[in-house]
Amino acid sequence: MSPSRRSTATATVLLAVFLSSSMLVLRQVDRMRRSTPLQEVLFLTSPKLLKRLSLGYDGLLACVYWTRVVQYFGSKHFAGAREYALLAPLLEITTALDPHLIVAYEFGANFLAPPPPGGAGEPEQAIALTEFGIRNNPEEWRLYYDLGFVYYMDLHDYKNAAHAFARGAQVPNAHPWLKLMAALMAEHAGEIQTSRMLWTTTYQTTSDRNIRANAAAHLRALQVDEDVTNLEALVSSYRQRTEHWPAAFSDLEAAGMLRGLPSDPLGQPYKLCGEGRVEVTDPDDLPFIQKGTPAGYVPPLKPRFLPTD
Amino acid sequence: MAAIETLGLEKTYHTGFWRKKAKCALKPLHLTVKQGEIFGFLGPNGAGKTTTLKLLMGLVYPTAGSARILDLPIDDPAVKAQIGFLPEQPYFYDYLTAKELLHYYAQLSAVPAKERSLRVETVLAQVGLADAANLQLRKFSKGMLQRVGIAQAILHRPKVLFFDEPMSGLDPVGRREVRDLMEQLKQNGQTVFFSTHILSDAEALCDHIAVIHEGELRGIGAVADLTSSVEGKVELVWQGNVLPSSLRALGAECHITGETVRAVVLEANQDLAIDAIRRERLRIISVTPVRTSLEEYFVRKVQPSQAVAGGKS
Amino acid sequence: MSARIAYIASNTFREAVRDRVLYNLVAFVLLLSGAAILVGQLSIGIERLVVINLGLAAVSIFGVVIAIFIGIGLVSKEIDRRTLYTVLSRPVRRWEFIVGKFLGLAGTLVVNTSFMAIGVFAALFYVTHRFEQADGWIFVALYFIVLQFLVITALALLFSAFSTPVESAVFAFLIFVIGSFAQDLRGFAAMTQGATRWLATGAAYLVPNFSSLNVISSVAHQQPVAGTLILSNTVYALFYAGTALCGAVLIFEHRNLK
Repeated sequence: MSPSRRSTATATVLLAVFLSSSMLVLRQVDRMRRSTPLQEVLFLTSPKLLKRLSLGYDGLLACVYWTRVVQYFGSKHFAGAREYALLAPLLEITTALDPHLIVAYEFGANFLAPPPPGGAGEPEQAIALTEFGIRNNPEEWRLYYDLGFVYYMDLHDYKNAAHAFARGAQVPNAHPWLKLMAALMAEHAGEIQTSRMLWTTTYQTTSDRNIRANAAAHLRALQVDEDVTNLEALVSSYRQRTEHWPAAFSDLEAAGMLRGLPSDPLGQPYKLCGEGRVEVTDPDDLPFIQKGTPAGYVPPLKPRFLPTD
Repeated sequence: MAAIETLGLEKTYHTGFWRKKAKCALKPLHLTVKQGEIFGFLGPNGAGKTTTLKLLMGLVYPTAGSARILDLPIDDPAVKAQIGFLPEQPYFYDYLTAKELLHYYAQLSAVPAKERSLRVETVLAQVGLADAANLQLRKFSKGMLQRVGIAQAILHRPKVLFFDEPMSGLDPVGRREVRDLMEQLKQNGQTVFFSTHILSDAEALCDHIAVIHEGELRGIGAVADLTSSVEGKVELVWQGNVLPSSLRALGAECHITGETVRAVVLEANQDLAIDAIRRERLRIISVTPVRTSLEEYFVRKVQPSQAVAGGKS
Repeated sequence: MSARIAYIASNTFREAVRDRVLYNLVAFVLLLSGAAILVGQLSIGIERLVVINLGLAAVSIFGVVIAIFIGIGLVSKEIDRRTLYTVLSRPVRRWEFIVGKFLGLAGTLVVNTSFMAIGVFAALFYVTHRFEQADGWIFVALYFIVLQFLVITALALLFSAFSTPVESAVFAFLIFVIGSFAQDLRGFAAMTQGATRWLATGAAYLVPNFSSLNVISSVAHQQPVAGTLILSNTVYALFYAGTALCGAVLIFEHRNLK
């Protein structure tokens, strides 16, 4: 073989060998480092620094961080996380880069405030974030709504909730229900109808898929709570009338107390258990329900948001 | 009115980090070039020829002194319309074709729009590039680039032409063509000022020459005067390989090569020598006066500082 | 005089157009506009925001890259290769040369921006399926981006008149970065005292103000741009570019060409 062909052959062989070896070694390295999930690390935490680093392209960087927010929350949620440490800092950065990204404030109100696993359990942060949003977007009625929502749902601070809704009602093009909600706070706070109204408003006005799914799940839960309360009351009155617990719902039907067999919002029939207790068929499918769960039931770590209906 | 006139034109460069080191590229130069003549500016490499040309073109500013072209100061913009310049080893925009380049130059030289295409074609034909008109300059050989350079210099029919090493990169045919062109320019009444270190070209073409070395003007004069015979010698060539004894007595220098003999004698002894050869019944081939070559003049002028310079061409 | 400037400008334009690098960069921007559509699909609800932010950012950044890349060689390349000799031996004033080069590159950038903008609008239409009146503000954002290019080109030309291409590129890029912080710099200057304050204020005003020329984010949110801002930015950019050009002319006028 001529010297030129010899060096060509050697170089080709070495190239193949080096390339495959480096790839194999890389896989080993990855395996060793698997313990540190990349998700949990936020290298740059200062919003001001990031705004400077963006060299004026802050809108673009905000979109990037927003994408990260959605991915962070979504993937952790479906992995059954119990805490979302980075959610507040990520949202803070996103809104600092683009204070007009309304959907980010909405996301914060809906997922920073509620307790885990549905949220980060940081209602104070949610309030601070939303107030920042209001300062930068005073004409966005939705932000006042979100503020009132957090006060109502997660802090049960009905006075501040009313105040927030009232502020929002004064904004031009505000949702017509804001004034009504402000009034409801005074007398009907804590009632199921008020909660239902709030969740319905969220469901109808948001553009974010995750928020809508969450609202739908809450509405279903409220429905279940209401159903179970009513059904158990019916069962009680049956017992009072007949001195024994009904065996099944068909008994109640026969007694003219029910029309048809009751089923939950997902179409599954309610079960009548001993001692007059009503339960849902599959509590895992209905997160957030307060009633109708069997004794000692622990909701799974991976709650399911079923698709919006 | 002189075509070119310099008065104490001087250039010193300051080099080094703090610009302290002074390098004198051109000592004060006094030069006059008449209109309609071909003037040769001779010197070894690095003598200051290109510096002088750059000063005259306004590409570099003089440290002292001044110059006039057609009786206008060189910093007068009106001068530029009357001159053409061929730089040494020229390089042009390689993304253009020859035709596009010359068109661009014609625009800048204010050649009237109607005449531009015709002028460009004529000039391309004149330098022998008619076939390569639409070829991109990046594909041109060195010789072709030299021709383009000449084309752009003569394009606008300037009164004074400045050529820096016009023969470089050309083969013998090309050199002959350029020589013919320069003769033509002179016949048209245009002045040609060119720098070179090839003495045979200068000797053949120039009316006047100047010799420059190490930034200093060493000699200047008409070619005819400089190379005229000073010592009055004559060279005789005849057939045969016999050297008449009487010629040896005249102190002639002789060379015998094959079937011819060459001998150099004083002009005064010319007739005696011819008689001596004829007495031997030898056939005389030629009788030529011997002249000092320009090369000798040149070497003499650059002698004191540099021994090996001018002879190489 | 103006004819010569026009000839030099059109020759500079021709040179830029025949430079392959230009096409690669323009193609890249068009590609990015397409990619913006995909990226938008990752974050539902903000496709419009992503397309406009990413598209205009790409136009801006790549335009700056082209302006610097070509601008730094405008003068130094001609000096190095000595193509300048045969130009300046003609009735062309040195200042005409500089102005012609500037106009040629500015023209190139405007044409490029138009092509790249078509890509952005196409991507926007694909994502939103209709144009709204508020989308008209995107033209203002593009206009400001072009003003930004004029300033950068003038600066690159200034650097090209006295330094090597590599140095010019570094300077120009640094100035672009600092110019984005110009507003912060002025704020910082206000907080200091004494000599530092003088230096910082001087620097803050000397550096071009790119922060007010960047309205990409607000245009993405369909917010209007004030007419006074448009006017003052135009005037500022013209004055600043004019300053840099005068500097370039001054330096070039007195330069000994090698």
